[in-house]
Amino acid sequence: MKKILSYIFGRIITVLLYLSGSVTSIIVVLIVIFLFSEGSGLFGKKPTEEGFIMAVNKTNNVKHLDAEQIKLIFDGEITNWKKVGGRNDSIILFRMDNITDFFTEEQRENPDSVIKLLGENYERLPQCISRVVEANPGIIAFVGKKYIDKNFAGKELKIDKITISDFLFGKLWFPTAHPVAVFGALPLLLGTFWVSIFAILFALPLGLATAIYMAEVAHPTVRNILKPVIELLAGIPSVVYGFFGLVVVVPFIQNTFNLPVGETALAGSIILGIMALPTIITISEDAIRTTPRSMKEASLALGATHWQTIFKVILPYSSSGITAGAILGIGRAIGETMAVLMVTGNAAVIPHTLLEPVRTIPATIAAELGEASQGGLHYEALFTLGCILFIITMIVNLAVEIISSRNKRVAS
Amino acid sequence: MYKIESKDVNLYYGEHHALKNISLQMKANTVTALIGPSGCGKSTYLRLLNRMNDLIENVRIEGTVLIDNKDIYARGIKIDELRKKVGMVFQKPNPFPKTIFENVAYGLRVNGISNKSYIEERVTRSLQNAALWEEVKDKLKKSAFELSGGQQQRLCIARALAIEPSIVLMDEPASALDPISTAKIEELIYELKDKYTIVIVTHNMQQAARVSDRTAFFYIGEVVEYNDTKEIFTNPKNQRTQNYITGRFG
Ligand SMILES: Nc1ncnc2c1ncn2[C@@H]1O[C@H](COP(=O)(O)OP(=O)(O)OP(=O)(O)O)[C@@H](O)[C@H]1O
Ligand SMILES: [Mg+2]
Repeated sequence: MKKILSYIFGRIITVLLYLSGSVTSIIVVLIVIFLFSEGSGLFGKKPTEEGFIMAVNKTNNVKHLDAEQIKLIFDGEITNWKKVGGRNDSIILFRMDNITDFFTEEQRENPDSVIKLLGENYERLPQCISRVVEANPGIIAFVGKKYIDKNFAGKELKIDKITISDFLFGKLWFPTAHPVAVFGALPLLLGTFWVSIFAILFALPLGLATAIYMAEVAHPTVRNILKPVIELLAGIPSVVYGFFGLVVVVPFIQNTFNLPVGETALAGSIILGIMALPTIITISEDAIRTTPRSMKEASLALGATHWQTIFKVILPYSSSGITAGAILGIGRAIGETMAVLMVTGNAAVIPHTLLEPVRTIPATIAAELGEASQGGLHYEALFTLGCILFIITMIVNLAVEIISSRNKRVAS
Repeated sequence: MYKIESKDVNLYYGEHHALKNISLQMKANTVTALIGPSGCGKSTYLRLLNRMNDLIENVRIEGTVLIDNKDIYARGIKIDELRKKVGMVFQKPNPFPKTIFENVAYGLRVNGISNKSYIEERVTRSLQNAALWEEVKDKLKKSAFELSGGQQQRLCIARALAIEPSIVLMDEPASALDPISTAKIEELIYELKDKYTIVIVTHNMQQAARVSDRTAFFYIGEVVEYNDTKEIFTNPKNQRTQNYITGRFG
């Protein structure tokens, strides 16, 4: 009886373990599929709002524009068709709400003539737009599709669909701009890159020094106090780091470099560096301590000093462990959101120095997801950013995997 | 005058009294074998002579150890200088994860020697002295890990010889090796005697009898008998020594 019960019990546990394992795997796969299907929705779509078109004069020889060009045109930064491959003619902007600018002085002064032109309920608006477009060779008009009738005297300008290379290499990130949204993620990619690289440049020497100190120099009592403290650092929530950055690091940078604002890439790098330190220290220290005693003794017995032994034997021996620690540290830095959001100033522009505000990918997602309407272009663009982050993190983890497996081979 | 001399040495690992009143003298250019059952303090004594025990926590040492008539535990002694004079070969071959050449050159490099042709010459000579040259001369740039266990151990000997110590300590240098490699190393020890003073720990009675001039029998932290090797093996004074060398315990 007892035997049967324990057999059944064992079976149940096996089934439960099997189920939880497979359910977890399925969920992970589903999340990845979800992420990528949402994230890939962006490509091949037009960056304009649904139901609107760009219209130009029939004589205009420009056939198509991309989102970035349209954005620059409507911002008044491109003022001549020559710049976008057309003839030498200045660009005239036309939006529905500034239609009266195209009326003559008297027409505008006189309410009756405005009504006469547009119609009581704007029913003559299509003809009016048509006339304006026809009359101005340099015009570019952003109009609703419903105001374009079959007698329209202008022509529709094609707008390029969003492509992967636009997304990856585009220099402008204006996801909510009018009349077109521009999704160039390069500033965000570079922002992430800069902040992470400098975080690691700053954290690696410091972390390595601490690891060497703890593993090789410090008295065991000191080490036994230091180690838990450093591990504790890893457990502090990132908002707390962000807060520390905001209150201490940001004003410090602002004062030292005499900047208008202290929220800069440098502040982000410092905070991320501090956050990556526990990972780097713990993993490097473990790697250093796994150096066999026989290696150290061999070196010392040859008359090498302790420091010579550290630099010539211990560090080379533990180099792959240290590399793994550094990469994992970078991994943490790349994915970190809150703290960076708080101290980097969040300007989606390509940084030229460390003393400018930047914006990282995770910070962008966190800051913008709330205002992006579900299923919209902006929403999909944020998912695409998520995919990029996912791929970067995966590469980082893969690198660690490869390096530590190489480490095992050397050790055996 | 003795090359190595220890007087009333006591060593404690924390509470554990590992060496008790050890007084031994060794002449230059002799081979001294340390024998005795496991855990009796042979390695501890050997590591006393190049201050390797300093690495272990809670070690307390009393008494004096003189090398070339100088107290090596006196204040102001440079440990790395001492270790350049007193080379050591460990029980298990422990080459560095570097090339064969770099393994032997290591001791020279940490000594600040950077003259390339001088290093090359010394590496060659050390490998020749360690009877390894013929086997490795074509693969000096290969990893030391590609060598067999016996070759690795001779590499470690070459590495120790490269810095030209005057004393070589060997802690069971052949215990992990096959009979042929063991024979090679014994032959080597015999040849090295001309230039070096050698102290060797071994569990192999025949080996002790073959290679050494003097033998010290250790028993639970004490030296029970210390005499010419021939005497110890043919006419031991102490009953425990006799029991041990005839294999009745150990
Ligand atoms: N690092 C250490 N810490 C504490 N005790 C130690 C340490 N090393 C050795 N001992 C103790 O000191 C005694 C002598 O050890 P030692 O290694 O010198 O023995 P041995 O004669 O070399 O033995 P074996 O023949 O097995 O190598 C042993 O009882 C051992 O347990
Ligand atoms: Mg031993």
